[in-house]
Amino acid sequence: MTGNHILASVFIHLFIAIFQLIAWRKTVTQRILSVGGALVGLIIAIVLFQQVYLHGTYTLNAANWAAPFGIVFVADLLSATMVLLTSIAGFSVSIFSSMGISRQRMLYGYFPIFHFLLMGLNGAFLTGDIFNLYVWFEVIIISSFVLMTLGGRKQQLEGAVKYMAMNILASMFFLTGIGILYGITGSLNMADLSTKIQEVENRSLVGITSVFFILGFGIKSAVFPLYFWLPSSYHTPPSAVAATFGGLLTKVGIYAMLRVNSLIFIPDDFTKKLLMTIAVLTILTGAFGALIKTSVRRLFSYLIVCHIGFMVGGIAMFTKAALIGTVFYLIHDIMVKTNMFLIAGLIRQLRGTMSMEKLGGLYREYPKISLLIAIVLFSLVGIPPLSGFWPKIYLFRDSFSQHQYVYIAALIIGSLATLYVIAKMWAEAFWKETPPGITVEDKFGPLPVYRKILLVLPIGILGSVSVYIGINAETIIQVADRIASELIDTSSYIQAVLKK
Amino acid sequence: MPILLLFSIFLLLRGHYYPGGGFVGGLVASIAFVLHSFTNGTDATMKLLGRKPLSLIPVGLGISAFSVILPLFFGLPPMTGLWVQEKFPLIGLIGSSLFFDIGVYLVVIGVVLTILFTISLTDD
Repeated sequence: MTGNHILASVFIHLFIAIFQLIAWRKTVTQRILSVGGALVGLIIAIVLFQQVYLHGTYTLNAANWAAPFGIVFVADLLSATMVLLTSIAGFSVSIFSSMGISRQRMLYGYFPIFHFLLMGLNGAFLTGDIFNLYVWFEVIIISSFVLMTLGGRKQQLEGAVKYMAMNILASMFFLTGIGILYGITGSLNMADLSTKIQEVENRSLVGITSVFFILGFGIKSAVFPLYFWLPSSYHTPPSAVAATFGGLLTKVGIYAMLRVNSLIFIPDDFTKKLLMTIAVLTILTGAFGALIKTSVRRLFSYLIVCHIGFMVGGIAMFTKAALIGTVFYLIHDIMVKTNMFLIAGLIRQLRGTMSMEKLGGLYREYPKISLLIAIVLFSLVGIPPLSGFWPKIYLFRDSFSQHQYVYIAALIIGSLATLYVIAKMWAEAFWKETPPGITVEDKFGPLPVYRKILLVLPIGILGSVSVYIGINAETIIQVADRIASELIDTSSYIQAVLKK
Repeated sequence: MPILLLFSIFLLLRGHYYPGGGFVGGLVASIAFVLHSFTNGTDATMKLLGRKPLSLIPVGLGISAFSVILPLFFGLPPMTGLWVQEKFPLIGLIGSSLFFDIGVYLVVIGVVLTILFTISLTDD
């Protein structure tokens, strides 16, 4: 089905950014535009998701060029879900940034760049063309460089250099892969590639190309041994920025892996083993890294790495049940990880520090906020019936039937480590008394009520989405089930694009 | 300077079928302003422009983005080229891609001048 409206979620952020550029240096106007525009974007995403869920895949031929020649945008259920999640996360971060970002950063164009980033993310999820995917990746990277360096503190620049170097390397691998792929098939359209790649006789070349893609996406999604840029750069920018990065950017890599591995390089035994090894090592290194960190945000960064491993493992098994687990985990993870960094930002507002040694007494002073945070932390750990619990069941069950016992062990270690660090953080930051001799710098208390609401509301929104995912898991599993079957049997996607 | 500006507009209009277009045109136009600032000083050029070059960026982006979504109102996919049927004297066919190029032209001038003026103004 063709639908010219599916790019609306891309254009809305483009226009918000343009209007914000017109309102350069008028921070209040920019804030209103940002929150209002993100709300419109969210509504558009909900409508798109509903349409795709009811009527199936929508496609759009850019500039009216027919499918294998022009650039195609495709909204299948996976894309629509990702756009929806991006919009929810974007809306929440937008509210949080209207208070959590310093005026100085806003003056230097925080909001326009933030919306360019969201535009890039939505574009990457909607495109059906592999080179166009690369272009959207570039849009994302450029915006994220600016967001990461905005403010220009020495520490930030140090993090940004690592981040930039690794991401440029990833783009090089990705681009080389695209080049070889175009050389052997003569096409860039993913649906078209999916049929043409099977006719290529030189299978070893196809295998090598797939390794290029795994490397490129692997760096972006921070898997072992290419993850080290993430913990060393994500703790430097402001929390609202880190929330967008932690929640969404690494997941673009996972999304791209899902897309490319399902359409173009169907994993063979070698790729499966490679991905599985990567997954296990990612989980273990992420978990052990998280165990020794004392700063809340560094700890969360390592947890991102650890949980990326869960998803890569699901892709490595590439059975329907495993993919259901992966997709469900992706849905859960975007909501929770975004929220975690917002919480870290809120803790900083409450206490002026993020080091666990200096934190304490939060529960006694702010019981309601602590309760809200507790719900989010529980769903991260995966206490039933909250959202982290269900996808793990699928991953566990399927790895048993696939005899992937090492992966199961890694999953258990990863989950236990998560539980341990979250319990430690809870005990240190919330239950423990404030350590003696430390002056608490509470910026939150004296704020007017509406500002407090603006800081807590986004955490509440994301938290309630997490709770909804957990309690209404049956619906989510239905969605994930349909996505997984579309990923395994891609004929409906190919038909929708090529109109055969 | 007027010659350079005329040449840049020529490049902008020529861009559909021959080498040229908004990007090159924008670069040539900004060279004109840069030369002006070399001879008369940056402040004089700022006065000539009347406003900050930074404000050209959103205007140009807006024109380009508008030309991208314009076909949506005719029920066509975005980025489709729309063309007015009759030829205009001198310019030739006018289409939505011309507006895209004009947008690029303005953005390029805005970006180049912002960068160069920032550098030259801090030197004072």
